[in-house]
Amino acid sequence: MSEISIINISIIILLLPLVSFVLLIFFGKKFPKLYLAATGVVFVALVLSIAVTFGMLTSYSGETLSFSFTWIDFGNVPSIGFLSIELGFEINNVTALMLFVVNLISALVHLYSIEYMRGDIRYTRYFAYLGIFTFSMLGIVITNNLLMMYIFWELVGLSSYLLIGFWFEKDSASDAGKKAFLVNRVGDIGMWIGILILFTHYKTFTFSTIFEQISLGNLPFDSAAALTTAGILIFLGAVGKSAQFPLHVWLPDAMEGPTPVSALIHAATMVAAGVYLLVKIFVILTADAMLVIAVVGGVTAFVAATIALTQNDIKKVLAYSTVSQLGYMVLAVGVGAYAFAFFHLVTHAFFKACLFLGSGSVIHAMHHEQDIRYMGGLRKKMPLTYYTFLISTLAISGVPLFSGFLSKDGILAGTLAFGSLTGHWLLPIIGFTVAAMTAFYMFRLVIITFHGEPRNKEKYDHAHESKWVMTAPLAVLSLLSIFIFYTPNPISADAGWFLNKWISTPQTVVPAEASFDFMQSGMNKHETGLAQESGIVHSVQYTEAMHHAHYPAMFLSLILAGLGILIAFIFYQWKKVDLEKLTEKLNSLYKFSLNKWYIDEFYHATFISGTIRSADALSWFDYYIIDGIVNASASITRFVSRLSGWFDTFIVDGLVNFSALFSGFIGLSFRRLQTGKVQTYIVFVVFAVLVLLLFFRPF
Amino acid sequence: MENSQILTYLLFTPIIGAVIILFMKESQTVLIKIFGLLISLFAFAVSLYPYFNFDYTNPDFQFIHKVLWIESLDISYHVGADGISVLLILLTTFITPITLLSSWKAIDKKIKLFTMMMLLLEAGMIGVFMALDVFLFYIFWEAMLIPMYFIIGIWGGEQRIYASVKFFIYTMLGSLLMLVAIIWLTVAASKNIGLYTTNLILLYQQAPNIMLDIQKWLFLAFFFSFAIKVPLFPLHTWLPDAHVQAPTAGSVILAGVLLKMGTYGLIRFNLPLFPQSTVEFAPFISILAIIGIIYGALVAMVQTDMKKLVAYSSVSHLGFVVLGIFALTFESVQGAVIQMVNHGLSTGALFLLVGIIYERTHKREIAYYGGIAKLVPLFAIALMFASLSSIGLPGLNGFIGEFLILLGAFQSQVLDSWWYVVFAATGVIFAAVYLLWMYQRVVFGTVTNEKLNTELTDLNAREIIVLVPIFIFIVWIGIYPTTFLDLSEAPVSAILEHVKNYTFNFLY
Repeated sequence: MSEISIINISIIILLLPLVSFVLLIFFGKKFPKLYLAATGVVFVALVLSIAVTFGMLTSYSGETLSFSFTWIDFGNVPSIGFLSIELGFEINNVTALMLFVVNLISALVHLYSIEYMRGDIRYTRYFAYLGIFTFSMLGIVITNNLLMMYIFWELVGLSSYLLIGFWFEKDSASDAGKKAFLVNRVGDIGMWIGILILFTHYKTFTFSTIFEQISLGNLPFDSAAALTTAGILIFLGAVGKSAQFPLHVWLPDAMEGPTPVSALIHAATMVAAGVYLLVKIFVILTADAMLVIAVVGGVTAFVAATIALTQNDIKKVLAYSTVSQLGYMVLAVGVGAYAFAFFHLVTHAFFKACLFLGSGSVIHAMHHEQDIRYMGGLRKKMPLTYYTFLISTLAISGVPLFSGFLSKDGILAGTLAFGSLTGHWLLPIIGFTVAAMTAFYMFRLVIITFHGEPRNKEKYDHAHESKWVMTAPLAVLSLLSIFIFYTPNPISADAGWFLNKWISTPQTVVPAEASFDFMQSGMNKHETGLAQESGIVHSVQYTEAMHHAHYPAMFLSLILAGLGILIAFIFYQWKKVDLEKLTEKLNSLYKFSLNKWYIDEFYHATFISGTIRSADALSWFDYYIIDGIVNASASITRFVSRLSGWFDTFIVDGLVNFSALFSGFIGLSFRRLQTGKVQTYIVFVVFAVLVLLLFFRPF
Repeated sequence: MENSQILTYLLFTPIIGAVIILFMKESQTVLIKIFGLLISLFAFAVSLYPYFNFDYTNPDFQFIHKVLWIESLDISYHVGADGISVLLILLTTFITPITLLSSWKAIDKKIKLFTMMMLLLEAGMIGVFMALDVFLFYIFWEAMLIPMYFIIGIWGGEQRIYASVKFFIYTMLGSLLMLVAIIWLTVAASKNIGLYTTNLILLYQQAPNIMLDIQKWLFLAFFFSFAIKVPLFPLHTWLPDAHVQAPTAGSVILAGVLLKMGTYGLIRFNLPLFPQSTVEFAPFISILAIIGIIYGALVAMVQTDMKKLVAYSSVSHLGFVVLGIFALTFESVQGAVIQMVNHGLSTGALFLLVGIIYERTHKREIAYYGGIAKLVPLFAIALMFASLSSIGLPGLNGFIGEFLILLGAFQSQVLDSWWYVVFAATGVIFAAVYLLWMYQRVVFGTVTNEKLNTELTDLNAREIIVLVPIFIFIVWIGIYPTTFLDLSEAPVSAILEHVKNYTFNFLY
């Protein structure tokens, strides 16, 4: 395949699910069978993505093919010059593999959903939403710039919102959808500001241009601190999307969506987008940014694992397990284990999708029962579901021969290497603790669900193995959880094609003083470029540390995973421990875990009710104070006008009327004198003359 | 550009239409409605002429038509349009037929008067966007109040008298200051050139030379007047009342076009006439804008009346526009211009949709509804679409405006701080909160109110015809904004260049 055709096919792959969405939205009502076409379209995309991946890995391995176009042309902008906003796509090995992963899981979920969602009143709408999701996710995968990343990032958020709240008649579902959208937005705002920092300085959103500028020593605002800030802010986007602490709270709630959706979006692909973003911007992460990322990842892995220990909803266990595993991947990026972060993303996508689809198969068989305390013994009824579920559990628990062992082992080795190089030993300690907990809670889940005696006889009797459209995806995904697809050596992936041929860690572009020493290869940039092409992983120092850490990490993780599995068997299979007594003894810890560390309650008490209270207060303020002032000034005006009206009527006009009244009064009073009788007049005259005489006394 | 009378034709189209309706019989309601709609559609067609014949590279006013009016004071009938005007004139002529069609059933009394008022209102708004003489601008600015006053006062809700009087007097208060400022400005400017003129283009050259102490007061007087119209916090309380009481058509025009006259005035008058004061006051005004963004969003969140919620969301959205204008960067002002159009479309659509269910139930309270997705699926989709546009989802129009405004504000040398953007961006989160929350309470869940089952019917053909054109532009701007951004590119550059020329010592 030529470069052009790889790009073109990738764009077609991107657009196919969009076509499916548009068709279903507009014609879904008229042609109810259109969902089959939608599934077909996604399978075509899968075949094409296999072709692209194959083409890339065989012909252009290590290269980046890209294509850009101008979206907004501002022309000649005063004091900036010619400015335009370019968008575009780029394909490299990571992108190609991601294309394959997304398309494969999307196709399998489409297939699975045909049966799982059958009979739903919004059946075609469901497939339409899957289409818009797949489109948005693929957009994230093949973009070559931060702006498009952000655009598709938000679109993914939208499709997640629509799918979580798909059964919107349930308040819990629509609440969960809204929560997911809003929590993600919080992270996205951080990401957006991070992107703005980079754009303001470089006037471009394109990854490669920004990286090149930084490698030439042109830092944003000439400060490494700004680069660190940008890195951490962009990472906030990943914190939201990949459900990292403290924004992880939306993911467990998102389980309100249909289970195949949980498999596709909330386990395998969308939540991995945050990790994918980190992989994309890995080269510009400074030492400080990496440390922040590592800590957040470690804390997430730990918190989620402790919560998963006690959950009783089959999907909730898997959800917290997903959060925890995503924490691993983020931790891996933070400690510089780039290749293993992406490797774990891929392996996790397969086995976690398998686990979710398997749980869907169980839920389907149990007539929408999700509480594992009512299950048990399903192994006999649903053998295919059981074995695929088991394989995936072995993978996630880190048992050799399975994919999860390889990728997780690499991450743990990475944390150990990081600890030895920087002294941050807490990270590997957390990593290994989580490994033990993972093995424990996963086997707890398997044992309670599939082993032992059925606890709900009635439901158990009705349970049955799912149809082939549901079990076939399980089989494919569990198959992909076996080591052989990644490396010929079951206990080490280092020599395998996945890490050796396909994925190579890019050289950081951060200047030496702002980056960890071990991230610098010690070679000059030119040599680094050559080294990268030949597949050498970053610095010699780090490679060595990883190498030293490899066996200790492997043995330690094997022991811990084995311990976790053993305890799970002792507790739940052989029942050697009285769990009720244990729970009573550890009551406060148990409650703490069961109630998810009370984080939701905390948010409710602080942010949510705080916002609503201040909104209420402001609304009051608006109504009574601001509008009150307006109305008061109106009242004052009215009062003044009434007052002047009164003044006018009673004082000004009153004076006029008074004088009229007065003269009238005078006139009236004197009228009495005018009697018309001569005698009276004579009396008046005499009286007047007397008065005058008395007064003037002329005599 | 040579004299062209196209804008005059455009201005007089609705006026002549209104005059013709005056002579029609009150009882011929259907004929009046159809005629009014045709006139407004014709006005839209006429307004396309300047769009298609627009010279994108020319930042000056085009299609100028000037007739001397009051010779002794050099007052002229003087109209013309640059890209910003063309865009807003198009918005006006686009929204008017939509509102007329939307009120086909909702307005059932005094249809003749209503149609006339709508057409006169359209003429007034078009006039504001094309006037190049400050005196003429003032006349249009005031004239447009009258039809709006009647639209709210006659066809409004229960408290329509209170709302219409409040609207009228509040705006008059601002206008009065503007009138004083116009007189002072023209007199002060005439001292410099020895000739009294109200020609805006001449004033652009003269006004910045007015003493800074006087300029400051002139700036504030104009700003105050426009800020009431925008409306900017804390001068916004007339808006919720006017919106809630106005009939749907009135709300749509109010949100769609009328508020834009405030922000248009800021760009057309405050920036070029008083560049030094603009730069001086920019940080202060931006803070007010950001308070408005967050405050409007928070207050919107707890409203129980859908129309009021959308009204407060306008306060929030217009805060973005004002921030964009006073960040004084190319991207931010371009973003502000496109955001004016966006807000007209998405908030217009929201008011239309609220009006559509109000027509059926006569209830605006959110609590009255619930679970209506099942009853009115098309309506639910349309409301989702309009909400997402308002939320600023990428791919739809709202994103472009917010994106450019924040991008520009971030780089602004006048504001020179990231904090403006950080706070403004929280408004983006809150926008999602109040709209999605309202959507959830109205549309999702199960139908709890039995009455809705009988009251609600889904969108009919007329309502779909009303909404679809808006939705087309919502997507168009979202995916390919260049079509519209190109229009305002040259004038925005020119205005900013002008501001910069007078304020280099402020900026650098």
